[in-house]
Amino acid sequence: MIGFHVSSASAVPAYMQLVEQVRRALRLGRLEPGDRLPTVREVAAEVAVNPNTVLKAYRELEHEGLVEGRPGQGTYVVRSLSGPSPQTLDRLRASLESWVDKARADGLEPEHIRAVVDSTLGSLFDVEESA
Amino acid sequence: MNGALVADGLTKRYRKTVALDRCSFAIPERSIVALVGPNGAGKSTLLHCATGLVRPTEGTLTVLGGQPGDPTLPRVGFVAQDAPLYRDFTADELLKMGGKLNREFDLPFARARLVDVGIPLDRPTDRLSGGQRAQVALCLALAKRPRLLLLDEPLASLDPLARREFLSALMDGVAEEHMTVVLSSHLLTDLERVCDHLMVLRSGQVQTLGATDELLAKHKRLIGPPQPRRPKITGVEQIVSAARAERQIELLVRTNGDILDPAWDQYDVSLEDVVLAYLEPRAGEALLDLEVAGA
Repeated sequence: MIGFHVSSASAVPAYMQLVEQVRRALRLGRLEPGDRLPTVREVAAEVAVNPNTVLKAYRELEHEGLVEGRPGQGTYVVRSLSGPSPQTLDRLRASLESWVDKARADGLEPEHIRAVVDSTLGSLFDVEESA
Repeated sequence: MNGALVADGLTKRYRKTVALDRCSFAIPERSIVALVGPNGAGKSTLLHCATGLVRPTEGTLTVLGGQPGDPTLPRVGFVAQDAPLYRDFTADELLKMGGKLNREFDLPFARARLVDVGIPLDRPTDRLSGGQRAQVALCLALAKRPRLLLLDEPLASLDPLARREFLSALMDGVAEEHMTVVLSSHLLTDLERVCDHLMVLRSGQVQTLGATDELLAKHKRLIGPPQPRRPKITGVEQIVSAARAERQIELLVRTNGDILDPAWDQYDVSLEDVVLAYLEPRAGEALLDLEVAGA
């Protein structure tokens, strides 16, 4: 079971914050197909939001095909969003770290590094899409 | 009009002051309404009218389809400001009293609830914290299994943690039992996460009432030149507030269509912006001397 939270200060609507938290848990493998989401009442009481907000979030997740409401039983995860295994992620992170070290040695500040990464991603994915 | 709480020309005058001034509105069933307005706007009077404790001077108020205070009505729960409780009574004694005084009162439910939120049942309520007293008052109201729950400034005297715990207990109750809830506050911030409707009251008059997502979609902030080229802005139903600076005018408007006029930059607003705009003295249209399309 995952814990939810809603920030009133965020510009993101409360139901979207809940949707995002489920998506993130699915991506990180903290939620898997077959898991039951907490009930609307549990979430409403836990984070002190309107039950309709929770319902709306669950409906959105259902619409995306990620969860399924089973009458009288609850809402269950039916699809996973998890990507590569933790080992793969660790390996990739290690090689990224060594690249970042090189970039810093060359005097790049974090925002420069971010810009290089963004533009590289942008150009690579553009090429891929147009190909 | 249908609704949990329907007012038609509702007016309440005390000797010299007008607390409610020709209010007409309908609060839909199963909504959670934030009733927001400054002190003295008439919020408490409105809630007291709904309980039947105060009789309107003119106009009518219908509560769940009947007269306020009618004992045959479906249950109405009310928590007055600062959650007044008999100070020498323990929570358990208050619950027993609630059971005796109400035709329908879910005593086991109420007791379990209080234990659940960690309230000592055997301590006189004046030795409980403000947050705990608020929880006891809420629990007494919820134990009636109300179809309409009225809460007057329930959070005003609570610290942030107690506020959260109170709202959490309230949302738990709402999720369990479908009911209409009206919570008053002079601040919106605390209520924004729990309400799905907003009602703004100023000087005894209803400024706006609507579903929060519709209000957010309908209201826009417009920024344009100080001398608008056109006297009308198509798509604007009402200019709610206006501020004039040397080089620009900033408006908060209620729209009834798309605003396509390129002279005006438009921005989304927050619910807080909407509240503040309606609480400003109604100067918008007069100040600008603008003709508004559709007005």
